[in-house]
Formats: sequence, C-alpha cells, structure tokens
Amino acid sequence: MKPAAFDYVAPTSLDAALTALADGGYDAKPIAGGQSLVPLMAFRLAVFGQLVDLGRIEELQGVARDGDELVIGAATRQAAIAKDALVAEHAPVLAQATGWIGHQQIRNRGTIGGSICHADPAAEYPATAVALDATIDVASTRGRRSIPAAELFEAAYTTTLEPDEVAVAVRIPVRRPGEGTAIFEVARRPGDFALAGCVVRVATSGGAVIDARVLAFGVGGAPIRLAAAEAALAAGAGVGSQELTAALQADADGLTPPEDAQATSAYRHSIVVHVANTAIAEAIADSQ
Amino acid sequence: MSRQQVEMTVNGRVHAGEVEPRLTLVDFLREDCALTGTHTGCEQGVCGACTVLVDGEPMRSCLMFAVQADGAQVTTIEGIGGGREGLTPVQQAFMDNHGLQCGYCTPGFIVTVEAFLRDTPSPSDEQIREALSGNVCRCTGYQGIIAAVRQAADQLAAEARS
Repeated sequence: MKPAAFDYVAPTSLDAALTALADGGYDAKPIAGGQSLVPLMAFRLAVFGQLVDLGRIEELQGVARDGDELVIGAATRQAAIAKDALVAEHAPVLAQATGWIGHQQIRNRGTIGGSICHADPAAEYPATAVALDATIDVASTRGRRSIPAAELFEAAYTTTLEPDEVAVAVRIPVRRPGEGTAIFEVARRPGDFALAGCVVRVATSGGAVIDARVLAFGVGGAPIRLAAAEAALAAGAGVGSQELTAALQADADGLTPPEDAQATSAYRHSIVVHVANTAIAEAIADSQ
Repeated sequence: MSRQQVEMTVNGRVHAGEVEPRLTLVDFLREDCALTGTHTGCEQGVCGACTVLVDGEPMRSCLMFAVQADGAQVTTIEGIGGGREGLTPVQQAFMDNHGLQCGYCTPGFIVTVEAFLRDTPSPSDEQIREALSGNVCRCTGYQGIIAAVRQAADQLAAEARS
C-alpha cells in the first residue's frame, strides 16, 4: 500500500457528498476518476484524511442538450464523451480533445469534471473549455454558482473553486453555423503530457474569420489566450500570412514556458507557434 | 482509519473482504484474492502492467482503490483462458509472433487487447498501435505485439464469418 491512510465514503447523492466535504474541511478531498489524484497519493505528494468519491452519484453522469447548451455531468467518463453522439454533433472538438488524453485505460476512468478541477497545465479539457466559452456549474452546502471557464483557472493545479465545492456540470454552447474548431498538440509519445498544445475556435461569416479563440496549454500555469493571434485572425489575417506569423511570434515571446526533462523552455516556445499554426489552419478548414 | 467491507465478482467468483480504503485494486487482487497474474509495475498509472477489466472496460488497477470496485465485475488475466480450455486466439498469437519475452507486461497487454478486439473487430494498423499505446514493454520492441494483434484480429474476423 503506497498512499497514506485515509477514510473513504462513496455517497449516492450529491447532497450527501457536499455535506461530507463541508464537514471534512481542508482534510476532505473529492475523487472522481482518480487518474491524476491516485498517483499523487501514491507518491504521498498529496495526503488527505478523507476521500469523498463522486463516482456513484447518478446526477453527475451523462450528456444532455439544454437549449443552446450541452450539459455534461461532471463525473461523465472521458471514454463516454469520446463516443457521445451529442458531443460529436455539437462540440466535436471536445471529442477530439479526449483522444489526446492519456490512453484508453485512463479515459475509461477519468472524468471531464475531474480533469477540469485538477487543472493540470498540460491538460486538454481546461483549454478546450475556455476556447468553447464553457461554464462550470459548481455546488456546495452553501449553494450553487456558475463559473465561466475563463475565470476558473488561476495557476497550475489551482482553480477558483472553494475546498467544499465540487463541479456538477460543464455547460458548452452548441456549435453555431460557420464555426470551426480544432485541437493539436506535441508530446514525446502519444498519451504523454503535451509539451505544448493549442485549441482554436473561429467564427466565420461568408467564409471570412470574424472572431477567434486561440488557447495554448502546457506552456504556462493555466490555459493562455494568444491574444495577438486572435486579433490578427479577427482582422482577416490568413494562415501563413505575415501578419499572423508576426502575431504568433509576439504571443510566444510573451510566454515563459516551463523547462523540464522533457523539453527546454526554448523548445516549447517554438512548438507553441507550430501547434497554434496547425490548429488555426484546421479550425478554419473545419468552418468551411 | 476504519477498514471497510468490500465485495466484488472476480472472474465469475465473488470475493469479499475487509480492507483499508488505501488498498489498491491490484493489491486486493494479488494479495487478498491470491490472483497474482495481474502484475504491479510502476504503481503510478504509466506502464499498464496492472490492466484489468472493470465492468468490461480496461482500467489500471493501480489507479483504483479496492473500495471503488465494490459491487463491480472484474476480469483478470486468470479469467481470460489459458487454463483447461487452452489459449485464446490473442494469447496464441502472442506466442506465435514473439509478442512476449520476459512476460512481465503480458497480462496487461492481453487484457487490453481482448477488450480492444471485442470493441474493434476489424482494426486498422493505426488503431492497433493506438490501442497498445497505454502498455509498456521493455523486451520486444513492440513489433511482435503489433503482429500478434493483427493475427488475432484476422483470425477472429475469419471465425466470425464462418
């Protein structure tokens, strides 16, 4: 047994889980798929007095359409999202992002809410959620609130959630006509953490880009908007144009990517330009 | 910290016990159920040696606690043939194609591939490589394993047609 000892509860209702988390305070921790949390516990980088398992709560599962939004239960498994018909139709880039997450054995257990709340800097879902203007519904015994994804991610592994709050659902606006999306990343091996990646959503009118979201991940603590590239695209700069290339370079110059055994900071700098260019081209092609 | 009652069906047999919540599923299978075919490798979710089927889906048993599998149907390598019924087409293909050498990673590969071919009866080469990407082998260089999955897929497809 590698993790430190802890108590474990697996409530079947959200209210019971919220009560357990409120009672446990900082010593209690929600666990969803556990694919990031359990390794941290095995290394004893994380130690908790109590785990509150969200895996047996029915209302946190499943994908549904609610008006102009897809509502995805926070504990919905990544493997289920990858093959969900509603996701494929209304938020296809979320399914594509899922394919980049770990391996099948991981996706069979990992959840969308868990990935978003864990907020790994190299994770695909947080950047995708921001690119799609998603909203995260969260709950605690004190009540419910909705947090725009753009306001959720503060720093590496750090969100604006309070310790007693859990994600209940991820709301994603359904794809509108003329929209195009894409995700692309570079990793040492398939399934490894991305050295750098990019999620792009463009809105077009009459075939021309009028608005863009360009989100980089793996190059900072939280998903990072490449604002110069977004502005250049909205102003009509095309793929491979001088304007877009200069804008991407300016965005990259503003980053200080991490340096580790996998890649130097300089290498990540060059990759982020490459993955952004690739994802932008694919998103525009997708919109046509 | 209180111990908890856990009960699950492993390879068709009910196994119950009282465990610490921190006991991983792989340790429960190996030590409490005495099913040592599932191997512990990295114990951090990277190598895939501990892959078992939980309710039919391949998962890493080092990244689950036994208490989380309460009530589940678990299938380990011991539940996949190789006994009196003989080898499965997947197991035979691994033998035929040098899909193993030391054998330490093999249970995880076999469990993964059995589920993969169940869900993807006519896989492309790319799909085979993707399906194997979550399992590490330090002996074979993978080419024999890829050939084994191809052979097993072709044989199972031929059997399905006849």
